[in-house]
Amino acid sequence: MNLRAVRAIYLFEMNRTWRTIAQSIVAPVVSTVLYFVVFGGAIGSRITEVDGVSYGTFIVPGLIMLSVLTQSVANASFGIYIPRFTGTIYEVLSAPITFFEIVLGYVGAAATKSIILGLIILGTASLIVPLQVAHPFWMMLFLVLTAVTFSLLGFIIGIWADSFEKLQVVPLLVITPLAFLGGSFYSINMLPPFWQTVTLFNPMVYLISGFRWSFYEIADVSLEVSLGMVTLFLVVCLLMVRWIFKTGYRLKG
Amino acid sequence: MMETIISVSQLSKTYAGGFQALKAVDLEIEKGEIFALLGPNGAGKTTLIGIICGILNPSEGSVSVGGHDIIEDFIKTRSMIGLVPQELTTDTFETVWTTVTFSRGLFGKKADPKHIEDLLKKLSLWEKKDSRIMALSGGMKRRVMIAKALSHEPKILFLDEPTAGVDVELRKDMWEVVKVLRESGVTIILTTHYIEEAEEMADRIGVINNGEIVLVDAKTELMRKLGTKQLTIELQQPLDRIPAALSSHDLELAAEGTQLVYTYDTQAERTGITTLLNELYQAGIKFKDLSTSQSSLEDIFVNLVKRPS
Ligand SMILES: Nc1ncnc2c1ncn2[C@@H]1O[C@H](COP(=O)(O)OP(=O)(O)O)[C@@H](O)[C@H]1O
Ligand SMILES: [Mg+2]
Repeated sequence: MNLRAVRAIYLFEMNRTWRTIAQSIVAPVVSTVLYFVVFGGAIGSRITEVDGVSYGTFIVPGLIMLSVLTQSVANASFGIYIPRFTGTIYEVLSAPITFFEIVLGYVGAAATKSIILGLIILGTASLIVPLQVAHPFWMMLFLVLTAVTFSLLGFIIGIWADSFEKLQVVPLLVITPLAFLGGSFYSINMLPPFWQTVTLFNPMVYLISGFRWSFYEIADVSLEVSLGMVTLFLVVCLLMVRWIFKTGYRLKG
Repeated sequence: MMETIISVSQLSKTYAGGFQALKAVDLEIEKGEIFALLGPNGAGKTTLIGIICGILNPSEGSVSVGGHDIIEDFIKTRSMIGLVPQELTTDTFETVWTTVTFSRGLFGKKADPKHIEDLLKKLSLWEKKDSRIMALSGGMKRRVMIAKALSHEPKILFLDEPTAGVDVELRKDMWEVVKVLRESGVTIILTTHYIEEAEEMADRIGVINNGEIVLVDAKTELMRKLGTKQLTIELQQPLDRIPAALSSHDLELAAEGTQLVYTYDTQAERTGITTLLNELYQAGIKFKDLSTSQSSLEDIFVNLVKRPS
């Protein structure tokens, strides 16, 4: 294992984060606070409680997930797209490192960044609404699994994209809508039965439900199902990344 | 007895679009030599280097580096190789120091600030070590790329058109570095259009055209084999035209008729010099002096690639 290489990529990517700290951390925190104002304040005054929890408190896990999902994808896709775009990828391709080590470096850094972000949002939220975390271990587990899985997905998007437009389009048209519709801001029990069924095809539902359970012990689907789905997602992404490196898809001509 | 360090065998490359850039290339690079790969644009030089370094997938054939296969044992082969690519591709926001340190780490070498410091000093980059790369000139960026390639102390160095668009000073510095590297046993493979460079630096020269290696030879051997020589005859009396008696020789008048230039092939059975001199004597043409000159690699090269394949 070329740990020095993993470390070099990881630190290089984290360095990029510190350099763009405003974009990386401040912007998502600000937009989260705005969500609180709009959803928690405006809508929350109409919907007072969901499953016995005040609305402002109820949306916190969903909000964190929303940011972690979108930021993981954004971080990781940019992290690998930029060297492809500028051509500096040649160095990584010519280095004595395995695909696993490359992924560990890039995806590790992207995931670290969004985990930190998730925790900052959690801290910010706790200043605004009363919060409790019933199962901190499970909370961290869901947070880490989600960050890693979606960073992998971002990595795949960053390799697939051959233009900045494509880089933006998947997060914008697929990931953010699915996260919104996956119960970030409501319990799917609030939907008509037909839409409840449709929603079960949305993978985000399982992430958000499991994550919310770790806070308030309320869930739309069972914990086991949530965990199983996240793991399945993770494995699918890993297999795709493995295939990319095996074939050199979009990396090697 | 020379030891082979890179062995390319029946290597072909067809790009996704169907274009065949390399056609069953065989090539052996010897340990410790400076090998110049010469060829016109589009000949396949960058493609060949890309495959050896792991940036491109080969279509057919194999390559071994230090006795290890570049696919099966890529960790071993890539650890030995440093690459300075043709294109100037650098991180823009990083500083010189961090980007060069990154390269060393990427190749799995233990951090060694002293080595990086020496390297940056040798390449006149020390003053710029904390500058962001985007603030550097093109020549400076090229130096950074060389520093990156040397940061991990490679045994083999690839320089893909290292002096294209580079100022004289950098060229000089670079050849200085190359000489030192070679003395320390590093094998150097460079591609260039600048034939003087190959002529000055290389031990052996390979000529590639249309994805095929046209020939590989020691530089001196190459010049001997393919070189034509010119014999310049300084006349006592200028001539206004070549006398009919001498028309069977490949002669030209130069320097306002005061010189006769005879071009001949060094490989030919007979150079024809004796006959020519006899005939000059019989025609009553007196001369003051004789000198010969050998054709440069440039001429050889132009002749080679113009030759229909
Ligand atoms: N990615 C690619 N896809 C298709 N053709 C390519 C690609 N890269 C290079 N080529 C073609 O392959 C040939 C060899 O290119 P290259 O190896 O860069 O030549 P050189 O370095 O000798 O100038 C050229 O005709 C070039 O147009
Ligand atoms: Mg080239």
